[in-house]
Amino acid sequence: MRKVRIGAGAGFARDRVEPALELVLGGDIGYLVFECLAERTIATDQLEKTRNPEKGYNAGLDARMRAVLGPCRERGVKIVTNMGSANPVAAARRVKQLARELGLPEAKVAAVEGDDVVDRVRAMEARILETGESLDTIRPRIVSANAYLGAEPMVEALRRGADVVVVGRSADPSLFLAPMMHELGWGADDWGRLGAGTVVGHLLECAGQVTGGYFADPGYKDVPGLARLGFPIAEVREDGEALVTKVPGSGGAVTFETASEQLLYEIHDPGAYVTPDVVADFGGVELEEAAPDAVRVRGGTGRPRTPTLKVSVGYRDSFIGEGQMSYAGPGALERAKLAADVVLERLRLQRLEASETRVDLVGVDSLHGPDLRAGAPAPRGPVPYEVRVRVACRTATAEEAAKVGTEVASLLTNGPAGGAADAASVREIIAILSVLLPREAVRPVVTMV
Amino acid sequence: MKVQLREIAHSRAGDKGDVSNVSLIAYDRARFEDLRREVTAARVKEHFRGIVEGEVARYELPRIGALNFVMQRALAGGVTRSLRMDLHGKSLSSLLLALEIDVPEGGSR
Repeated sequence: MRKVRIGAGAGFARDRVEPALELVLGGDIGYLVFECLAERTIATDQLEKTRNPEKGYNAGLDARMRAVLGPCRERGVKIVTNMGSANPVAAARRVKQLARELGLPEAKVAAVEGDDVVDRVRAMEARILETGESLDTIRPRIVSANAYLGAEPMVEALRRGADVVVVGRSADPSLFLAPMMHELGWGADDWGRLGAGTVVGHLLECAGQVTGGYFADPGYKDVPGLARLGFPIAEVREDGEALVTKVPGSGGAVTFETASEQLLYEIHDPGAYVTPDVVADFGGVELEEAAPDAVRVRGGTGRPRTPTLKVSVGYRDSFIGEGQMSYAGPGALERAKLAADVVLERLRLQRLEASETRVDLVGVDSLHGPDLRAGAPAPRGPVPYEVRVRVACRTATAEEAAKVGTEVASLLTNGPAGGAADAASVREIIAILSVLLPREAVRPVVTMV
Repeated sequence: MKVQLREIAHSRAGDKGDVSNVSLIAYDRARFEDLRREVTAARVKEHFRGIVEGEVARYELPRIGALNFVMQRALAGGVTRSLRMDLHGKSLSSLLLALEIDVPEGGSR
């Protein structure tokens, strides 16, 4: 039976590089996938591309490619990545240039375009999925709109001989499904196997999150060698069954527990996980420890894909102004609370125009709020030795936002005793909402650079 | 016997827009029935009061001994614009594991 071994070399934009090289050198893989594109990143990269038409792709592209291109070419390992972000063609050209510099001029690099649908979205009528409101509510502030592409254009790039496939917005599992379809001969309407492959892609898309990353809880869930956490490999069979494992000798663990946590990560209805390729069904998935650090995955299936594609729309939302200050020692909590009250009162006297305001006492209530939750033991223990006050306000302009940090900083000479380590920031918020677009309105294009 | 969920199950939180999903996976498959009986969607909604503004739905995955809670309007407007420190609601898994439930005597993690 045919098999393909796929490694996950990154699970987010700033992920570690060494485990990717370890996969190439010791993982006996045929494909290396770098998943580096969060929901919002493409919108901020689009703004960068507007300033410089040769930019707008992942900032870690050079470092990753310099590390793995040579060893990948030596071993015939192909690379699939969404590091193209808002500018896949420029990213692909950059990969080609790096390959030449590394003495690999024969490397074939493909770019997949067509996810950028901003002109179409600016002109269309649609309901926003999250709010139910008309697109008109954000239309003048739209900066980007990218449709989630599926595996098919990546399969085409592989069929045309690409050694490196660079895409922008695609569904994360599709990055993994493409090499499965290409190597195992799965058709674009083989819903059962596309569903099974999507389950495997989902398990791998966050890289270290299935090998013991984001998992350790000392005394409960111990992970050996976490500092040297290795990244995962899926060995996928023609029939859709897979073995998830990692490079022998690397840190971390692949167990029923690590796999089951990742299986449900960012999943809503497990019976209907919608991607551009298929509506995958995770409900029947079985995970079985087949050997140390090896989990067998089977039972995933799927139904025909939907007639629409999801589009992430980036828009200028607001500014957030923020300030922080720490207090320590006896009375730290009381002084921190006084500091917060003083800042809020001063911002009120200044008539700050804020649509939303939030105060956090870091170390006390910043993550789960000030109320004791019903049913839970009191989350607040003894008074902490040190407390950090955080005041954050949402405003319409950067000037308004800056007032927040200024007021917090002025606590140094105008606030309670012992304020220390002040920090302030103003951030423009490019937020993301979604609309649906008919599938035929999106035309992916594969270009060999 | 009262037991904190942390003693019998593990959890991971994920985000999509303003929706948080928090899994709850039994260490011992035999504990799944306890989780299914005790950790209802209504109980979780109450436990997350002040954080989750919308509805909580629960999905069951008996083959892996897991529940999946999908919580609407859970992230203060969503990852990309929230004023919270924990933009993604990553720490909500730890909050779920702080819940105490009743289980029959004699079981262990």
